[in-house]
Amino acid sequence: MKNLEERSEQYINPYLGGVLLGLTVLLTVYITGRGLGATGAVKSTIVAAVDQVAPTYAENQAYYSKFLSDDHHPMNNWLVFETIGIFVGAFLSGLIAGRVKKFRIEHSPKITPKTRLIFATLGGVFFGIGSQFGRGCTSGAALNGTATMATAGLLAMIFIFGSGYLFAYFFRKLWI
Amino acid sequence: MGPLISQGYINPEWNFVIALLLGVAFGYILEASGFSSSRRLAGVFYGYDFVVLRVFMTAVMVAMIGLVYFDYMNWIDISQIFILPTFLTSVIVGGVIMGLGFIMGGYCPGTSFTGVAIGKLDAVFFTAGLFLGIFIFSSAFPLIEGIYYGGELGPVTVMDTFGISRGLFAFLFIVATISAFILVSWIQKRVTKNEV
Repeated sequence: MKNLEERSEQYINPYLGGVLLGLTVLLTVYITGRGLGATGAVKSTIVAAVDQVAPTYAENQAYYSKFLSDDHHPMNNWLVFETIGIFVGAFLSGLIAGRVKKFRIEHSPKITPKTRLIFATLGGVFFGIGSQFGRGCTSGAALNGTATMATAGLLAMIFIFGSGYLFAYFFRKLWI
Repeated sequence: MGPLISQGYINPEWNFVIALLLGVAFGYILEASGFSSSRRLAGVFYGYDFVVLRVFMTAVMVAMIGLVYFDYMNWIDISQIFILPTFLTSVIVGGVIMGLGFIMGGYCPGTSFTGVAIGKLDAVFFTAGLFLGIFIFSSAFPLIEGIYYGGELGPVTVMDTFGISRGLFAFLFIVATISAFILVSWIQKRVTKNEV
């Protein structure tokens, strides 16, 4: 019997993970005609919050107004429910593998937890901004876009990873 | 017959239940593959761990081949599926900014959610950053609208762009992906050898 520490480092084979993920994407497109996503739910939350606080501004602002309609609330959205599912699924997987633990910070021994949190936040800010220009993130644009052979998907994939390699040198102290 | 919902095979009232279940599968697979760890994810950019590339590219390949096959068998009306529209300027600018966010934060949005689910505080901060970033973008939208709508080509596919068939593109993609798998296995062996 392996102890919890050893077991918590065990992941499924990456190619098996890829096949299962690909089948999930295929099933999603087969059922809904659209793909999976992650940032869409965050955007819906922002739109709903701004509409709640400042409805007149939101209804007249060029970006928020794109996602507001009279017949349904912005949170009444496919991607919002799907994202709740992401949290549930990840929690279940982590629970089974013994990876669900109290809050901790994962960082390279060469940087402090504080540095890690600052760069994690900045990374999130950049990813959030970029995902709106990209009309989707790694899930919605790169993964589903490329699988459905949208030119925008292929470009998103190439530029996300290409840019990561381009900037990797400058941020190497964070990771290696 | 597919997509099942738009073709009327499944009542749209089931839409959100289906969304939740597909989300559970998505989150489970991401976490089980190790995507809840930022240091594993960042490894792809430094050559010490290629789990991202292996999982991601395999997934794209499987879904792509699946759609080609479903189309060939007439199981899905491929003209009914959503094609992400291309805005050339916007997608390039967005991709570059996302790549920068990836290397700084070590997560992408979906993977950060899986990190939050198992208790990674850095993933919580990344997710908070996402909210902030999308809020900044939305607030500044009138200033950046020109980039957002820049280079509009409409919902074009790689078949339109390169003038090749769906099957040929899938074949070329498979060849490129398998070559990449072989290459990264070789790189990973060298990088890990140097570290020991």
